Amino acid sequence: MKPERIISFPHLGDYYIPIKFLLNKLTKLKVIESPPITKKTIELGSKYSPDFVCVPFKYNLGNFIETLENGANVLIQAGGGCRYGYYSEVQEKILKDLGYHFEFYTLVNSNRITPRSFYQTLKKIDPKISTFKMIYYSFLTILMIRYMDNIDDFIRKNIGFETKKNSFLDLKKEMLDSYTKCKGYLSLTKRYFYYKKRFKQLEINKPKDCLKVGIIGELYTSMEPFSSYFLEKELASMNIEIKRFTNVSYLLYQKSLQRRKNLRYIEKYCKYTIGADGMDNIYRAKYLIDQGYDGIIHIKPFGCTPEIGAIPIIRKVCQDGKMPIIYFSFDSQTSETGIKTRLEAFYDMLQIRKG
Amino acid sequence: MNKITIGIPKALLYYKYKDLWISFFENLGCEIIISPNTNKQILEDGIKFSMDESCLAMKIYMGHVYYLIDKCDYILVPRLKCIKKHEKLCTNFSALYDLIHNVFDKNLIHYNLDVDKKEDELYAFTTMGLSLGFSYRKIISAYKEAKEKEKLLNERRISKQKSLIASSNKIKILLAGHPYNLYDEYIGKQIERILEKSNIDIIYSDNYDQKYLETEVKQIAPHNYWTYNKEIIASIVHYQDVVDGIILVTSFPCGPDSLSNEMILRSVKIPITNLVMDEADANTGLLTRVESFIDILEERRKQK
Repeated sequence: MKPERIISFPHLGDYYIPIKFLLNKLTKLKVIESPPITKKTIELGSKYSPDFVCVPFKYNLGNFIETLENGANVLIQAGGGCRYGYYSEVQEKILKDLGYHFEFYTLVNSNRITPRSFYQTLKKIDPKISTFKMIYYSFLTILMIRYMDNIDDFIRKNIGFETKKNSFLDLKKEMLDSYTKCKGYLSLTKRYFYYKKRFKQLEINKPKDCLKVGIIGELYTSMEPFSSYFLEKELASMNIEIKRFTNVSYLLYQKSLQRRKNLRYIEKYCKYTIGADGMDNIYRAKYLIDQGYDGIIHIKPFGCTPEIGAIPIIRKVCQDGKMPIIYFSFDSQTSETGIKTRLEAFYDMLQIRKG
Repeated sequence: MNKITIGIPKALLYYKYKDLWISFFENLGCEIIISPNTNKQILEDGIKFSMDESCLAMKIYMGHVYYLIDKCDYILVPRLKCIKKHEKLCTNFSALYDLIHNVFDKNLIHYNLDVDKKEDELYAFTTMGLSLGFSYRKIISAYKEAKEKEKLLNERRISKQKSLIASSNKIKILLAGHPYNLYDEYIGKQIERILEKSNIDIIYSDNYDQKYLETEVKQIAPHNYWTYNKEIIASIVHYQDVVDGIILVTSFPCGPDSLSNEMILRSVKIPITNLVMDEADANTGLLTRVESFIDILEERRKQK
């Protein structure tokens, strides 16, 4: 008899919840998520990774190794984007060379995520999936991701000013638990509005002229809190309102819709797109300046090529707009204290500027 | 009317398209200034004007642009997004135009290639020629002539290398990497000089007939989508039976290479070494590594 097929995937912030939800609804396979990211994950990942590959590769590889140790034997990698699209082949090769036995599926093998390629890959994983079910639950998951992102935006704005400690995070946990139990569009939407109301009722103590900071930069470090050493948490503890653009719903559909509009907004600086999120980040820098934010934090993994191409332009945009900006480059061995010190200095500077 | 002078930085894609670009502008009757080989001054200028995390080839490019800045009317800075359908290039090439434009604020020529959006080479050359004020007919005939010349020179190089492989009995090493790394004074030439001193025949990965590219790439990396990396992989597959060893030349920290080199290193069966070059001046470490690699190859020869 064939061993039981257990499916697993790498981490990306809280998005393991909708992905797990989707896979549970669609396939008959057992779904386990990778163990939460720890120092050990990144150590394992960097041990077997190429030298100067970007950090997300190392995190993903660490996730895969840990989940394979836990018994998974079907792995999924997303793909698409700059270097990210080629992760899967190299990771598969590295893991096979390490002696693991597993099936490996990439959602996007060529450049773009298309519904068709998504469909074909899911069919390969489990040929018994019905097409109707797939469409129904895929859109439900996208909706769930969108609701999650909306709430996250609200949390980021207000979490720095909560009066009762951890009230936001506790409620968020409760909300995510409840999302996984939903059955259809109506019950999901009901839950969303219920929790939205409850979030608004949470007590906050927010001054009118609080510091507002925008986070721009590469997508993985933006969305996976561990890889940016909980930068957002740190900012929240300094009583700062945070605005972050990158989330999965942005990548899934907003990005391609906004491309032309964004490019026109920054035509003074940019004639073409830069690849991955490069052009988007230049747009965001300009947008944050025009909206009167107090500072910008740019984060990326070490050696992220699209961002390196964009940074000189972002620098010029910020010079023209007289906007303070700080750049963080994360690697597997970045020291947490160093980041904290720089962040505190940046915070002091912003406060002095504000007067 | 004064002749238009066009500056071409001798870095990055210059090594790939030099025949095409130079003969195109010559056919149009423009004057061309090409920056000199990379020297210490150019490298230092380049480092000054670029991010410390960008790759060595990119830093060198910035230095070359800076050298040309007050010596010509226009600088040719290509913007290449995609040169084959459904394939990609390193994002540095698509950022290059806007990057240079923002850092130096100089007249650049619009040269934009994006095959996925139906902007092919002919289109790029036409818009470039039109922006300089030439007529359609002149541009198209100049382009066609230049293209033929490029093809001819390329074939000549390939056949020269073929005859070298067939005739010589010395140890042969395949120098594999992007052309802008292989032929740059500060990257590939350093290795080349050491190899020449040791009396070794050098085979270059870019002198390669792309007839069977797809099937050859499939042997190592079926899903690779970087056009230039595919060419390197294919040439390694093509030449691995006729050479004694392979040296992979990479500039630190090249994005696409970091992944595609891993695939190559894990799949190739003959001796292979990966030399990662950065802006550090001392080349003693390089010398040691190349010499020990040559020793290995010589021992292997003796044992056969």
